[in-house]
Amino acid sequence: MSAAPVRIFVPIDAAALSVGAEAVAQAIASEATTRGLSVEIVRNGSRGMLWLEPLVEVETNEGRIAYGPVAAKDVASLFDAGFASGGAHALRLGKTEELDWMKRQQRLAFERVGVIDPLSIADYRAHGGFKGLEKALALTGGEIVEAVKASGLRGRGGAGFPTGIKWKTVHDAKAEQKYIVCNADEGDSGTFADRMLFEGDPYLVIEGMTIAAIAVGATRGYIYLRSEYPHAHRMLQRAILKAEAAGLIGASILGSEHAFHLEVRLGAGAYICGEETSLLESLEGKRAIVRAKPPLPALQGLFGKPTVVNNVLSFAAVPWILDHGAQAYADYGMGRSRGTLPVQLGGNVRRGGLIELAFGISLREIIEDMGGGTLSGRPIRAVQVGGPLGAYLTAGQLDVQMDYEALAAMRAMLGHGGIVVFDDSVDMARQARFAFEFCAKESCGKCTPCRIGATRGVETMDRIIAGAEVPKNIAVLRDLSKLMTDASLCAMGGLTPMPVLSALNHFPEDFDRPPLPLAAE
Amino acid sequence: MAAYPAWDQDSARMIVAGLAHLEGATLPMLHALQDEFGYVDPQAVPLIAEALNLSRAEVHGAISFYHDFKTAPQPARIVKLCRAEACQALGCETVVKELSAKHGIAVDDHHAGDAIVETVYCLGNCALGPSALVDGELIGRVDAARIAGLCQHGKAHS
Repeated sequence: MSAAPVRIFVPIDAAALSVGAEAVAQAIASEATTRGLSVEIVRNGSRGMLWLEPLVEVETNEGRIAYGPVAAKDVASLFDAGFASGGAHALRLGKTEELDWMKRQQRLAFERVGVIDPLSIADYRAHGGFKGLEKALALTGGEIVEAVKASGLRGRGGAGFPTGIKWKTVHDAKAEQKYIVCNADEGDSGTFADRMLFEGDPYLVIEGMTIAAIAVGATRGYIYLRSEYPHAHRMLQRAILKAEAAGLIGASILGSEHAFHLEVRLGAGAYICGEETSLLESLEGKRAIVRAKPPLPALQGLFGKPTVVNNVLSFAAVPWILDHGAQAYADYGMGRSRGTLPVQLGGNVRRGGLIELAFGISLREIIEDMGGGTLSGRPIRAVQVGGPLGAYLTAGQLDVQMDYEALAAMRAMLGHGGIVVFDDSVDMARQARFAFEFCAKESCGKCTPCRIGATRGVETMDRIIAGAEVPKNIAVLRDLSKLMTDASLCAMGGLTPMPVLSALNHFPEDFDRPPLPLAAE
Repeated sequence: MAAYPAWDQDSARMIVAGLAHLEGATLPMLHALQDEFGYVDPQAVPLIAEALNLSRAEVHGAISFYHDFKTAPQPARIVKLCRAEACQALGCETVVKELSAKHGIAVDDHHAGDAIVETVYCLGNCALGPSALVDGELIGRVDAARIAGLCQHGKAHS
């Protein structure tokens, strides 16, 4: 008799691959062959416990049992210990669903990531996929827009603009062609949620964009993906082909009268393309120079047509909202921040990864309870929230809640939900200098405050770091920061002063430097 | 290891023609050319301009705007090292210093054999940094010795 093969899950997520998941998968396959065991290796997404990658799971009668971090050299001993039936081993972590990291979360967008085979449409459907789309097909565009408005969903790219209002503008616009554009130019350091979704559950974003297309009457869509994500690119291309072949998108969405043609487009290493108008210019094949607003992209977007531009995580929230109802989504969260936010914890942290939670949890709970403090074991000194344009907070400010308004009240921002932890070896004057340096490299060059200001900022920081006339140069720094904040065309120049001023205000001791000794000739 | 054929204007023209039907085809064309030849030769400018009814200036402008597009042949091995904040918190600048001091590899401007280490900002591996991307594969928790080894490996196989 032949028993059903044991299902073993080895992530194909790029982060897992970066620490050896491919070698582990190969070792499991060859070890199983040698031992004459029948196994089915499923390449899933990552559960988000990145410090445990490669995290291998085995399906047993009691549920999935996790082992990690597994190296290829551990595989023989895992088989010796009977891990194919959940046997005891030093790397055995227990049931995946019952691990503290997983139990504490409220996974809506990420409910299937790490659970399913990312490219299997049958798996996706079996785990609740396409229910939102099916419900949307029974509604009018206006009704879908109302549901998204009622959910309280705000744009997850960083600006936090209400998604339903944006959709309403596009819905009400009259045009022969409208577009849906997914901003997947996830350039913020410390963020990787979009990447994990594409690699772990690509149909979710496709479904969300398709619902948007039905809602506003668009027939074409583009996913603008950054070129630094080759794994996500391959996964998305395959997912779109499969979705077309299955009749989910293309000339007819699930047999309805709605058409939706979807393509992935690759960026080319320009951070500014995360800014929506710059992204649209890039999609049109031009230099990614930021556009002045108005006109809003909702009215004159891609090729001058009404366009919904939303972040990956915004689209990813939509299927759940349509399936479970707007109120169920709005029941999560606090204040004006409704629903859940996939938080990405990285940098110098012991346990980093993806955590999806309702708005309202404190930074301290995330970094200390879930993250376990710094990887180096040294004290936390600074935490940057919201990417390279976000503020640096001190270890004393971590009780702030993850909420758009709570962070804004302390001159910080939530951004795309990235948290980067630094220990006490960080030099905050150098971090301030880097903020300007990054802006100088990545500015599109259209507006003077950003183009010139960033370079002047680097020079000013160099003088401060060298200890030259520090009080005077700090006055210049504040003046320059105010100018960039007030007069830049977009958030790139407008927010670069946020990390700079937060570093200066919260860590003034790092700016108070003695003159450097002159270098010997 | 990437081994690219020499620039060939006829096959470049075919690549461009094959993508001319796309909306906003410039970036797809530039990516396809770079995938094929390892760089975008300046001879591509008139090809794309003609195919898309653009001025040469517009095409040249697009090529020069984006960090990804190279206008001269590149070393066989390109190691992209992340130097953004999350990797800074894990010591990527120490990696850069050690590459220079111990291995004689200057990031961004020195070709170590037939390899180059390039600065990039964020590879989306922020919980397992410092990170590098080599031949389309992501590497987490890298150090200077591993990157130097990858550069050597490049030389050995070129």
